[in-house]
Amino acid sequence: MTTLIFRTVAPFLTALMVLFSLFVLLRGHNEPGGGFIGGLIAVSAFAIYGIANGIAAVRRALWFHPMAISAFGLFIAAIAGLMSIFFAVPFMTGLWVYPVILGVEIPLSSVMLFDTGVYLVVVGAITSIALALEAEEDA
Amino acid sequence: MLPDTMGLTFLAFCLPFLGALVAPALTRILGHNAAWPLALVPAAIFLHFLGFNAEVARGEIVTGGYAWVPSYNVSFSWLIDGLSLAFLLLISGIGTLIVLYAGGYLKGHPHQGRFFSFILMFMGAMLGLVASDSFLMLFVFWELTSITSFLLIGFDHAREAARRAALQALVVTGGGGLFLLAGLLLLWNVTDVTQLSLLMSFGAEVRASPFYLPLLFLILGGAFTKSAQFPFHFWLPNAMEAPTPVSAYLHSATMVKAGVYLLMRLNPVMGDTPAWETILPAFGGLTLIVGAVLAIRQSDLKLMLAYTTVASLGLLVMLTGFGSQHAVAAAALYLVAHSLFKGALFMVAGLIDHETGTRDITRLGGLRRAMPVTFLAALLASLSMAGLPPFFGFLAKEEIYAALAGGSLRAVAFTAAAVVGNGLMFAVAFAVALKPFLGAPVKTPKHAHEGPALLWIGPVLLAVKGLVIGLFSAAAHALLTSPLASAIAGKPQTVTISAVPHLGLALALSVVTIVFGIAVFLFIDKARAAANRLVEDIGWGPDRGFDQVMTGLVRAAAAITRLVQPGRMEIYMTATFAVIALALLVPPAVYGEWPRLPVWPADMPFHELAVMALAVLGIGAVLTARNRLTAIVALGIQGFCVALLFLLFGAPDLAFTQFMIETLSVVILALVMTRLKLTPRDHRPLREKIPDAVIAIACGLGFSLYLLKVTQGRFDTALTDFFNLYSKTIAHGANVVNVIIVDFRGTDTLGEIAVVMVTGLAILSIIRIRKGRA
Repeated sequence: MTTLIFRTVAPFLTALMVLFSLFVLLRGHNEPGGGFIGGLIAVSAFAIYGIANGIAAVRRALWFHPMAISAFGLFIAAIAGLMSIFFAVPFMTGLWVYPVILGVEIPLSSVMLFDTGVYLVVVGAITSIALALEAEEDA
Repeated sequence: MLPDTMGLTFLAFCLPFLGALVAPALTRILGHNAAWPLALVPAAIFLHFLGFNAEVARGEIVTGGYAWVPSYNVSFSWLIDGLSLAFLLLISGIGTLIVLYAGGYLKGHPHQGRFFSFILMFMGAMLGLVASDSFLMLFVFWELTSITSFLLIGFDHAREAARRAALQALVVTGGGGLFLLAGLLLLWNVTDVTQLSLLMSFGAEVRASPFYLPLLFLILGGAFTKSAQFPFHFWLPNAMEAPTPVSAYLHSATMVKAGVYLLMRLNPVMGDTPAWETILPAFGGLTLIVGAVLAIRQSDLKLMLAYTTVASLGLLVMLTGFGSQHAVAAAALYLVAHSLFKGALFMVAGLIDHETGTRDITRLGGLRRAMPVTFLAALLASLSMAGLPPFFGFLAKEEIYAALAGGSLRAVAFTAAAVVGNGLMFAVAFAVALKPFLGAPVKTPKHAHEGPALLWIGPVLLAVKGLVIGLFSAAAHALLTSPLASAIAGKPQTVTISAVPHLGLALALSVVTIVFGIAVFLFIDKARAAANRLVEDIGWGPDRGFDQVMTGLVRAAAAITRLVQPGRMEIYMTATFAVIALALLVPPAVYGEWPRLPVWPADMPFHELAVMALAVLGIGAVLTARNRLTAIVALGIQGFCVALLFLLFGAPDLAFTQFMIETLSVVILALVMTRLKLTPRDHRPLREKIPDAVIAIACGLGFSLYLLKVTQGRFDTALTDFFNLYSKTIAHGANVVNVIIVDFRGTDTLGEIAVVMVTGLAILSIIRIRKGRA
């Protein structure tokens, strides 16, 4: 698997796929996509990087332990739900703001934060399983 | 009731739990002197409930409370009548003395703060139990007393005997609590009320209900286990492993009376039937005799007292179920008298143990000079227990005999049981109170001397109270026992008996009891030997039976675990898929609900056909693959084809996800497979593969038929319409699937991603474990 071509291409492929996964995540509310799918794409990206350059490289690149990423995702998803408490509306009610930045109206919402949480949970959990399994194989 | 009184009463129920919170910290600062401030908690509760005395003595019933879950008709509400009030005063009053006593008894114990905390928690549970009006509250507090009792019995958790006794008490009383729960639910079903105060007017309905007998057995299952009736009596003597303050408080004065309380509470509702008036006196009488005989057999002060407690509880149950006006009055009197003298005697036993280092009656003697105050308390309490005038116990016993004595065979039998039981208890009372103090001093493990005030204040006060009530019986009847008897009977009653002996059958029976008791006391060593022989001849007892049941339970659990969890992957897989196949195929076969065969569409586009053909080819590739890895990758072909079909039929989100899942599952499966160290190929002979193939085909067939059936059913579009309509307007999103996931059903998703994370953690740890083993 670790041919020269593959190893050379893998970082670019990974970067592109992660970028694409973010794109899929963000467009999810109106076009096909969302946190689950985006997360799965990101996991594939890391899997490719791991197969090409070894898991140590993936762990270095991720910086945080994947399980910590997953836990953080769950945390912000819960926070996104709890934000409604400050506006006296039921748990998990979607909240929207439309700030205008550099003349462009950008819709931001607690729903998007929630979807980001989903994305991170999926990325973290499945990456950590895949990495653990690959590490076993190396040993 | 004034609103501020209601708030104060609510506070009184919460106060013990608040006290339990601060007790450990307070004990760390003040040491054993923390008993003084902590005793203020039950003392304040005692004073608060004393304030209800006038109202209740007038025959009023005080109720109050707050709605808890109004939609389920559940409330936190209390009911204070003569019965509850007597219990509330006993619990808080004796509780005050017990807290002080525990301060002296466990002085310097490293976990004294924890002990205070437990005992206050128990107090809160017990107060709640006897004052509960709603069924749910009654059950919750009932179980809470079992749990706190478990903690207190097992307080000395380093000893195995204490742990066993704690577990036994929990299993017996907690198990009984489940009977109670079932009984309360049944009562709810029969009468449609969830409050005891309302239940009182449904007596006729309950008694006439076809469920009366099951109901009775369930309630008795709860009451008999809690109040240690034969054959469930064995846990109570074992519970003497607890520190003595616990024995004095829980296992003589309060908790064990919870069962009796329940029976008394339900007497107006469920009593006055042949079943009630047969089962209760029969079991009560049997418990009385068994308890008294077993008490004679013991030489340990605490165990002697414990078995007489069993006997007394039997007597109370017998009286509650006997069904005459005098019996109810007798039960009321004996209930209060017993709590006073038995609490005092237990504290005396603990005091002797604490100061001399032993509580074996054969190794004690001549303590009257060394411990004069203790002797006084013991003497007063035991005279009350023996039932001599002018003590409170005498009143109770006179009333008992007045209640039981009669011409019928039933009355004669129960009178005889009461005389024998009381005579034996008389002997035990004298043995406990006189034997350690009289005669020549015997050398004890510790040099005997009077204990500190914290230790003797409790028994002296309780014992003196027994005398005072006996002397001023008229006032006590008006304030305490008459309302109590009225509540048990469910109609107004007045108790009139006084300490002045009056000639009659009751007095004659008392004299017989006293003569019999003195005779047994004089020959107590011989009686002990005889009782011992009797028990040894029988050999098997419920205590051993408990062990056998528990061992059997553990063995059965182990056998079932070995059966269903053999640890072999292929058995799990086979079982799982076989069950799936059965679940999918059996119901349509039984109900004849097979789907219709769909019509093959005439104008199927070529590309759709091609994708389906490819999927079938993929399956062929899996089946003919030469090694496992190829098979896994070939499985991916089929998955991608399905994803393509999703895409063709307008479900891009689903298709997208399916693509990713297929990719990742092939990668992860390949990784797992290489880890499992399987041979690259499946070398099993054909006859071993055939059962697997059958299960696989059955599963596939089952799912196909199931999907066909579902799609042929009527499709309810209400939800689809709703989501399509409101996705954009409410949730500001055009992608309905995503809006459902993150907005409409956001809470579901939150749960799902939590599961994803936990699953990840679980898999990670399984892999780690394997790595550690390698």
